[in-house]
Amino acid sequence: MNELIFFINKVLISGTVLGSIYALGAIGVTLIFGILRFAHFAHGDMMTMGGFIAFLLALLATSLGIVTPIPTGFLVLPLAMVIAVFIALGIDKGFYAPLRKRGARPVTLLIASIGVTLIIQGLIRLFFGSASYSFFDNEPKEIFQIDMSAIGATRPITFTEPQLLMVIVTVVAVLALHFFLTRSRLGKAMRAMADNADLAQVSGINTALVVRVTWVIAGALACAAGTMLALDVSLKPDLAFNIVLPIFAAAIVGGLGQSYGAIAGGFLIGFAETMAVFNWAILLRPFKDVLPFEIPADLAIVPTEYKLTVAFVILVIVLLWRPTGIFKGASS
Amino acid sequence: MIRRALTLYFGVAALVFAVGYFMGTANVSLLLVQSFAYALIALGLNIQWGYGGLFNFGIMGFLMVGGFAVTFVSFPMNDAFWQSEGPMMLGRALLAFLAGALLVIGARRLDRVGITGKLRTAAIILAWIAAYIVYRSQIDPAAAYIEANGGWIGGLGLHPLLGWAFGGVLAAGVAFIVGRIALGLRTDYLAIATIGISEIIRALLKNADWLTRGTLTVSPITWPTPLPQDLQAGGMPIADSFIWARLGFLAMLLVVIAVIFFLVQRAYGGPWGRMMRAIRDNHIAAASMGKDVKNRQLEVFILGSVLMGIGGAVLVSFGQIYDPGAYQPINHTFIFWVMVIVGGAGNNWGAILGAVLIYVTWIISDPVAQQVFRAVSDFSVNQGWGAIPDIESRASQMRVFVLGIVITLALRYAPKGLIPEVVKRSS
Amino acid sequence: MALVEIKDVVGGYGGAPILNGVNISIEQSDIGVIVGPNGAGKSTTLKALFGLVKVSSGSISFAGGDITNALPDKLVPKGLSFVPQEKNVFTSMSVEENLEMGAFTRKDDFSTTLDWVYDMFPVLLEKRNQKAGELSGGQRQMVAMGRALMSQPRLLLLDEPSAGLSPRYVLEIFEQIVKINKSGVGILMVEQNARQALAFASRGFVLANGQNRFTGTGAELIADPDVAKSFLGG
Ligand SMILES: Nc1ncnc2c1ncn2[C@@H]1O[C@H](COP(=O)(O)OP(=O)(O)OP(=O)(O)O)[C@@H](O)[C@H]1O
Ligand SMILES: [Mg+2]
Repeated sequence: MNELIFFINKVLISGTVLGSIYALGAIGVTLIFGILRFAHFAHGDMMTMGGFIAFLLALLATSLGIVTPIPTGFLVLPLAMVIAVFIALGIDKGFYAPLRKRGARPVTLLIASIGVTLIIQGLIRLFFGSASYSFFDNEPKEIFQIDMSAIGATRPITFTEPQLLMVIVTVVAVLALHFFLTRSRLGKAMRAMADNADLAQVSGINTALVVRVTWVIAGALACAAGTMLALDVSLKPDLAFNIVLPIFAAAIVGGLGQSYGAIAGGFLIGFAETMAVFNWAILLRPFKDVLPFEIPADLAIVPTEYKLTVAFVILVIVLLWRPTGIFKGASS
Repeated sequence: MIRRALTLYFGVAALVFAVGYFMGTANVSLLLVQSFAYALIALGLNIQWGYGGLFNFGIMGFLMVGGFAVTFVSFPMNDAFWQSEGPMMLGRALLAFLAGALLVIGARRLDRVGITGKLRTAAIILAWIAAYIVYRSQIDPAAAYIEANGGWIGGLGLHPLLGWAFGGVLAAGVAFIVGRIALGLRTDYLAIATIGISEIIRALLKNADWLTRGTLTVSPITWPTPLPQDLQAGGMPIADSFIWARLGFLAMLLVVIAVIFFLVQRAYGGPWGRMMRAIRDNHIAAASMGKDVKNRQLEVFILGSVLMGIGGAVLVSFGQIYDPGAYQPINHTFIFWVMVIVGGAGNNWGAILGAVLIYVTWIISDPVAQQVFRAVSDFSVNQGWGAIPDIESRASQMRVFVLGIVITLALRYAPKGLIPEVVKRSS
Repeated sequence: MALVEIKDVVGGYGGAPILNGVNISIEQSDIGVIVGPNGAGKSTTLKALFGLVKVSSGSISFAGGDITNALPDKLVPKGLSFVPQEKNVFTSMSVEENLEMGAFTRKDDFSTTLDWVYDMFPVLLEKRNQKAGELSGGQRQMVAMGRALMSQPRLLLLDEPSAGLSPRYVLEIFEQIVKINKSGVGILMVEQNARQALAFASRGFVLANGQNRFTGTGAELIADPDVAKSFLGG
């Protein structure tokens, strides 16, 4: 039974956590693409920046003597999200809006977002160096263990408090987004603009407002994703830079512009990565007496070093097989 | 237009001299070689983006391929490898690879014997899985064996210039595959696909210790021209030897660039270039005019990638070390985009100017930022606020920031670049 | 004072002007029809009126106020609505959501308007939860018109509402347009089915090369031999 527990810990829990991160990031990417029609490369760095904002706020809260049972980094998240939203709006106003106004092509905005990436990276490294930081210097990282001796396992199912919180945050964010997009006037206007921007304008929809709302949501989600990721692992300047590519893969696999597709794509890629590097021999071992062949020591689909490439391989396959994504994405 | 270009070139030359004045001749000779190697790569991107309108965010992958090529060709032979079972095992792995490839090709052709639809798809998927297992079953033990006996395969011990050429050839091969996969995609998708493929290349080269020594790095790689040590052996003072050796390398590089530049300019001025522009500016019309858009785009993508492969080889041979772990998208992909955008997409003179200008900016951002931080720090100490900690490491991070500022400013205020494309009206 | 007054409007898409002095005026009780050859600038005229094309000289007034170069989100609350020629529904959204989007600028309760639209186009009520992209061409045109009516406009601009529809649907759409007009909404529309449309138009405008060629009542234009010969196909 320990093998099963190992599988649950290594594949199901890790995959859910990774999928949550990817989904949160991919929603932002896909919303921005739906409304503004460009691939926002700086999204990963907006995540990192959100993580650092929360980190600074957490330091401040600790120095004020605020102690709670939940991680301080999580406690300050709402405030961090508000700050991140203002920065996101500022980035749009300072860098993207002038280009849009000039009627620049989406690809110009894509390149501009590389510029924004470099600026954010540079600033973060300027202030924080390239060291890595932990949210848990002043408080313990709680670990949950579910005893499984009932089914004959000696090892428990294990996950950490940040991982649990991350899944909760993702579920709440997805539900909130769903209700926003399907029930609220502004949310519907957002879908309308993603569907047909010209007609949205003709209908009298305040497109500038929709653009702002998009940045509000994307900025807030990026901050949440970055903070939750930093709580789970640790905070580094290149925290999300490496993760932005699987996030884009998730958004494309789900169909750019499709929020639900982004969520599905995020979990698909998250699970694919964890399953690809899982050593399946472990699951076969209990049956070693009945199997007609000897079980190899290592039965992982790809070696662990290639974990990140799994996302790209999936991406390439999807692009070849169905270029607009599994859920038909926007194509302009 | 020509006057503007000349003025700008004089300006950049003056900047280089100024840097030389402060940093010394040895440093500036280093800077020049590197910036011209970057210029060669920027030229490649200019061909792809400026001429062809093809988005390539995977430059890093081509540089790594080129770097590997020159390492493999010019590094001395590893006798321990050649005398072991390694070559045989690699041969078997190659056979397994070919067998796998045949399997996949065969499955794809099943429609010719009447097997189509879902059945064929299933067969193709199974063929891929089988090919993967067969290949892994041979390459894994081969890799483990080589790493245990002899460490890695070593090089061929041939002339580095052959290595540069092989860098171009290998990059062309990779570009062919990448192009076949990705060129049909829309720009955003192409951007992600190319960056994804370059990350795959990085992961492969970084982890294939048997092939590249991975993070153990390979050095010293030889130069095509005399090294400083060679000149010192001939009796030259140490300080001079570095300058003259680098100038020798620079001369070699400039010859290569001049030849390539001449060929590219000619091609662009001719019917091929006109067709490329037509395709770039009006995809649909060009396609309906009966021009084979896809093949032309593949050509332009391969041509640009060849220059990137050669440039990647030049950089590795000049640096004398191949370190697959040292490649980063910022330093090896995005910086070239800044160069081409700032210089002027679609104009080769602009691309070269942009490359040298941005490379110099990139290099001097560090010391300049250090000076600024020192001044601020001194001021802050005088005020009793304390000094800025870790000035050196912070200053080096300013390069990335400056690069970001430069590209965003350029996009906003000079979107056509310093030396814009010359739009020739064809009749 | 006419409801809308387009005076000597010159404008275009940035290059050479497409409109070279267009004059149109319409009362709220009118059905105005613009006809003319392809590329005459008919669609461009509607777009200029709706702030989607830059007007470089001349003026446009609506309900007594100047609206030259005003943008749609300002025009819709003033009582102007536009149904473009193509891509005029949100294909990924349900019929009802499409209609709601038409009421985006309204802050009040729009349920009575919604009922009114469903009354006018009963099939839409039937298909209210279906995606607009899944409807037939004629039904889409109804969604598009319904969407435009949701803002309770005083003037409805229609660009070729009958384009691509079967003759049966053309008739039905025209009947609805007349009905909408009867309920107090002014109409200004571009039509290719010129003869048919002019038959019920109270005002007719023939445009060519971005200029008025003929102006009059619908009946006058049909009767005019020159118009008939050059623009109505004999
Ligand atoms: N978005 C645009 N950008 C540039 N030029 C345009 C644009 N739309 C239309 N034009 C040009 O403006 C001119 C008038 O076009 P317009 O669409 O107003 O014609 P129209 O009278 O509606 O014709 P049709 O009967 O074909 O709909 C045409 O020459 C067309 O090429
Ligand atoms: Mg028209």
